[in-house]
Amino acid sequence: MIFTKYIFYFLSTLAIYGAIMVLMSRKPIHSLLYLTLTFFAIAGLYILLNAQFLAVVHIIVYAGAIMVLFLFTVMLLNLNKEERSPKQGWVKILAVLTGGMLMIVLAGIFRSYDLTVAVDPSSTQIGLVKNLGKVLYNEYLLPFELASILFLTAMVGAVLLAKKEQILHNLNTDKTEKYG
Amino acid sequence: MQTITQNIQVIPLNYYLYFCTALFCIGVIGVLIKRNALVILMSIELMINSINLLLAAFSAYSNDPSGQIFVFFIMVVAAAEVAIGLAIIVVIFRSTNSLDIDVLNKLRW
Repeated sequence: MIFTKYIFYFLSTLAIYGAIMVLMSRKPIHSLLYLTLTFFAIAGLYILLNAQFLAVVHIIVYAGAIMVLFLFTVMLLNLNKEERSPKQGWVKILAVLTGGMLMIVLAGIFRSYDLTVAVDPSSTQIGLVKNLGKVLYNEYLLPFELASILFLTAMVGAVLLAKKEQILHNLNTDKTEKYG
Repeated sequence: MQTITQNIQVIPLNYYLYFCTALFCIGVIGVLIKRNALVILMSIELMINSINLLLAAFSAYSNDPSGQIFVFFIMVVAAAEVAIGLAIIVVIFRSTNSLDIDVLNKLRW
């Protein structure tokens, strides 16, 4: 089919448009919504790569969990103010120059390589849940279990950080009740 | 899903390479020009996403599922990072009442 390339062009343009608008918008919540647009475009690119499991996980984790987490932070803390003092013009120009030069250097490096495509991703089955599950639970079982410990640690850490004053306060009052 | 992907013609791997480079550089620019800590965290997410997509592309084009497993683990770490990062941002906002990262220069010198 010819229009596969056009799907790729459309999705990548959408993703880059969303990424640029994340930087251009003044309110954090607009940045967040454009970021979600980019996430959905990237999920489409995963489907285009025949990595269906990753596409679903990407939508659940990024457009679901992480986006909601950002949204709750913005809304509950009432952070949705415009940036009071944007950085000076020359800082912005220098930053864009730095990023542009990084892109030129990287693109120059990649151009000198001749990447020969080994297989057609649409004819392989590696991105499907069955295959990835077999690999994940055989070869990568230990990292998978360690990831759960990492999650537990992150959860405890996030709760402890966000409630710090109250917990410390409770500890102090306990001490004064005991020893005071 | 199967019928969709059967019709897909091979897109050169170079296209993914350039696209992910562009996305990564937009993330770098975002970290450099923004002052709001929340938007800086979003730019870091953009960079992580471009790396994930590139890893998945190389994995799919070389028929090796390990790359996609690695993307899965990167997503795990990114989710944990966002949870901790947002908790830190909440604490910063409570103590300084702003999200401007230029306020946080106590450890600078």
